[in-house]
Amino acid sequence: MELTVGPNFFFWPAETVRGFYRELSDAPVSRVVLGELVCSKRLPFWQGEIPGAIEALVEAGKEVAITSLALITLKRERKLTAELQDLGLPVEVNDLTALAHVPEGQPFWVGPLVNIYNEGTLRWLIRRGARRVCLPPELTLASIAVLARLGREEGVPVEVWGHGRLPLAISGRCYHARLHDRAKDSCQFVCDQDPDGRDVETLDGQSFLAVNGVQTLSQSTASMAHQVAALEEAGVAALRLSPQSQGFRAICAGYADRLAGRIDGAGLEAMLRPMVPGGRLSDGFLAGPSGAHWSAATEPA
Amino acid sequence: MMELVCPAGTPAALRAAVETGAHAVYCGFADETNARNFPGLNFSPEELAEAVAFAHARGAKVLVAINTFPRAGAEPLWHRALANAEAAGADAVILADIGLLAHAADRHPGLRRHLSVQAAAANPDAINLYASAFGVRRVVLPRVLTVDEIAAINREIDVETEVFVFGGLCVMAEGRCSLSSYATGQSPNMNGVCSPASHVVYAEEGSDLAARLGGFTIHRTPKSAPAPYPTLCKGCFTSGEQTGHIFEDPVSLDATHLIPKLAKAGVSALKIEGRQRSRAYVAQVVRAFRAAVEAQAAGLPLPESVLARLTEGQAATAGAYAKTWR
Repeated sequence: MELTVGPNFFFWPAETVRGFYRELSDAPVSRVVLGELVCSKRLPFWQGEIPGAIEALVEAGKEVAITSLALITLKRERKLTAELQDLGLPVEVNDLTALAHVPEGQPFWVGPLVNIYNEGTLRWLIRRGARRVCLPPELTLASIAVLARLGREEGVPVEVWGHGRLPLAISGRCYHARLHDRAKDSCQFVCDQDPDGRDVETLDGQSFLAVNGVQTLSQSTASMAHQVAALEEAGVAALRLSPQSQGFRAICAGYADRLAGRIDGAGLEAMLRPMVPGGRLSDGFLAGPSGAHWSAATEPA
Repeated sequence: MMELVCPAGTPAALRAAVETGAHAVYCGFADETNARNFPGLNFSPEELAEAVAFAHARGAKVLVAINTFPRAGAEPLWHRALANAEAAGADAVILADIGLLAHAADRHPGLRRHLSVQAAAANPDAINLYASAFGVRRVVLPRVLTVDEIAAINREIDVETEVFVFGGLCVMAEGRCSLSSYATGQSPNMNGVCSPASHVVYAEEGSDLAARLGGFTIHRTPKSAPAPYPTLCKGCFTSGEQTGHIFEDPVSLDATHLIPKLAKAGVSALKIEGRQRSRAYVAQVVRAFRAAVEAQAAGLPLPESVLARLTEGQAATAGAYAKTWR
């Protein structure tokens, strides 16, 4: 299996973005998807970093794609989506709207926020030009195996969620603004205060979710540390690693070591636990019984 | 007149909806092919055929929701649902999944296709893509749009639009939410359920009643107060210094007063949520909304008194239709 780095979900300062992609250019990953996924209002603050990041990554031998937004409603966002084609990179479709702007026959990638649950959908997207897909994180191992097999028959690599807080939902409403008693249109970009999202606990203090603007994430960091053998057997082509603010290059190296057999699942888990925000891991979408579950937990999560 | 599309979780509710003035009724089969896959609800193929005959005899249409995302390796179950809907004489099917839409367009070209809200097609580009690729004739708009945005969409598309006006309210883009399966393993997309009752536990703790979903506390209420159902996104949580309904208050959607504006925005059909509701509830809501759309069509003021009664005692919101909701 290979490693793909997904788009950064969070609102980081431009210089942080610059440093992040500079460091990533010598990380042991095969490809990088970048661009703004969550909120079009953030883009003007950091879009100047995109050309330089692409150049550095391509020069370092990485494959690079540009993501669409996850939810496209405004006219400005539709225009932005149409213009993604001009970068000359594959577009990773994360809202079907983006596909409307990909000319017939032109290759594209499909990201984890497009609902690919079955063979019919995967087949239709491949006929339309999909050349690489990352499946939704919600899928079970049984579904992944069916879709990875079809992907192999069709010559289209199938990726799964490998590491990162899970993108559980997207909304028209901005929860960061709501927490600050503001409307989305006057948010004053408060999501920049939480570089890995803002934690949400239950009334009993259970670690539960994290909000990131219009996006809702899991508070646990999903990790396929213990699922590598099962995913390899299922024919999965790559693990998707989703950026976090601290130690991401080392995390990429940890997964590379895991895939190469230099460390085992427990070794990677031990390395990850102090590095992920809040220290919680999950792999329950794959292994059951629910997304929040961690298969290697010694006591109930 | 705008078409009034009403919910039916049972044959009895369907008859009640038709008799009280529904122009169309939507329903689903009793399995995971539809997004209200609750115990004791929905239709067998035989019940559907009888329901269609009943509705057609009274000039009403029946729309069949097959709007979950077929499970890999199990697509024949969803394909059979399409064939059964067509055989029963359904006026349209309501679909969300690309693969299922492609199958329906290919194998059941004469069966009218509506795009489910679960597909979350939120702009003209996406809607036109579904229309051109799969021959979709109507789109149920996701509840993330303002009335002005709906009007703008209608200017750029050739298919009909249908919007929710009353009932339960998703705060997330529909069909793009796995909060429920994160907590319980069961989701709207995969299983046709959200925050399922099978995973709810109530516990009396001191003076509180705690409601948990998959072990996560969704809210606590004093034992003496009515406890709302623990729907995940309507729960009470803590973030930093703040405690409250971080995603949405426990409210339901009521866009009754927006009916004239929605008509002006070019909306073809108004949809009422609630296939899990009783026959009596359906009858009451349908009667009120039929009076409202008739008044609207006749250029008369909405009969406020009738509509006010429906949400009495419950908090209601106009949701995303008002821009300030965001």
